[in-house]
Amino acid sequence: MTDLKDDFFRHISSEFNDELETLRSSLLQMGGLVEEQLKSALRICAEKDSNLMDEIDRIEEQINAAEISLDEQVESLIILRQPKASDLRLVLAVSKIVRDLERAGDELEKVAKLSFKTYDGSVSFGLVEIQQIGEQVSRMLTEALTAFARLDADLAQNIFERDREVDKTYKSALRSLATFMIEDPRDIGKVLNVIWIVRSLERVGDHATNLAEYVIYLVHGVDVRHPSINKNSI
Amino acid sequence: MAERKLEDHVMPEQTIGSLFVDNPTMTARAVDVHYGDKHAIQDVTVDIGASQVIAFIGPSGCGKSTFLRCLNRMNDTIDTCRIEGVIKIDDENIYDPNIDVVSLRARVGMVFQKPNPFPKSIFDNVAYGPRIHGLAQNKVDLDGIVENSLERAGLWKEVKDRLDQPGTGLSGGQQQRLCIARAIAVSPEIILMDEPCSALDPIATAKIEELIYELRQQYTIVMVTHSMQQAARVSDRTAYFHMGKLVEVGLTKQIFTNPVHELTQDYITGRFG
Repeated sequence: MTDLKDDFFRHISSEFNDELETLRSSLLQMGGLVEEQLKSALRICAEKDSNLMDEIDRIEEQINAAEISLDEQVESLIILRQPKASDLRLVLAVSKIVRDLERAGDELEKVAKLSFKTYDGSVSFGLVEIQQIGEQVSRMLTEALTAFARLDADLAQNIFERDREVDKTYKSALRSLATFMIEDPRDIGKVLNVIWIVRSLERVGDHATNLAEYVIYLVHGVDVRHPSINKNSI
Repeated sequence: MAERKLEDHVMPEQTIGSLFVDNPTMTARAVDVHYGDKHAIQDVTVDIGASQVIAFIGPSGCGKSTFLRCLNRMNDTIDTCRIEGVIKIDDENIYDPNIDVVSLRARVGMVFQKPNPFPKSIFDNVAYGPRIHGLAQNKVDLDGIVENSLERAGLWKEVKDRLDQPGTGLSGGQQQRLCIARAIAVSPEIILMDEPCSALDPIATAKIEELIYELRQQYTIVMVTHSMQQAARVSDRTAYFHMGKLVEVGLTKQIFTNPVHELTQDYITGRFG
């Protein structure tokens, strides 16, 4: 059996090969933008720099443009090539991953804006939690994109465990942040902002997990979402 | 990327997938077909499920049409053709010497690639089978069979006012539906279709596909097609033939989304070098 990654480029039509390669690389570029956005959003907490906010806006626009471009590529591939088997799975997976990456981008824009608003030098609570969950999510996102690039279903599988770790960190962050609200009710507004920030980061982890599910679908043709549902009975 | 040629593929030892169904109308077991020295079909075992559409796909010369023609003994007319193995319809061996081949071909009707109406009127084209098989007691019966068959073939409204005109005067798509009506007229259990749309335009093709969709309620349909999209659209199961072997058979959805064997994958995705 040849490598599935090579398989995408063995069609009789070299134009079809090129289109699939462009699709894959465009998606990875979009993923790279989301990774960049995550780094910038995390830096905002530490460095209150308005230039960074401009950067966030610029990347957000690029992510949205990538979403539109990828949607057009998917539409064109379906109309012109009527992809089947692993080609079909690639096109479907990309179309779903695009949605998750775009939403992850939206969450990160929220993280950046709330961080900019909250960390004005007067408070420092939640910074440790944000950095911790941020690092975990960053690793998940990178691994999910690597799993897609390499079509590595085993690596994708690991991400589910990482998501459980993020969930634990998130719950522990909520407990710890609640104590700040109890200690000084004047901080409630800002603590709530921090809760929204960690919540958004946790959501980015969920999007990375979805990405991993699509990689497994792409590689093995099995749907691992919602294991409690019997797909044969739908 | 190095191109992989057809001959570089490794054939599976045995057919992959779900060869058997719960309610087969026809069963083929270890079927081999030789044309003289040529081993055209090798060890094919598969069930044809009742009231299902099964599509045979594969590159030219893979044996799909040869196998289709075994199912109603159309290969009998070829002197050098030798068939081994067992093919049964409703548990009856169709190659049993006692089988009446004419009756068999009424039970297993056939529609060909190119519409081939008889040089007779539209009415007589459909009435021909019921007449030779003695299916109609009188003219009223025969009229009923002809109307019903043309109706089920989706042609009645278009031809009811010109039944006495030659069938060959119809358009290609209408001629093909006339041939389907002719096959239906003798109440077959199975209809074999050998690339029934390859000579038709997209609209006529859509009408035939719609017809297949309706006929599947009542008949078992076995179709050979070169159109992947057609196989995906109309069939319940798909069988992939390659160099005389049945490589893989399974539910159409599975074959087109997640085929098991790389030969199947390469064929349906257009990757053969």
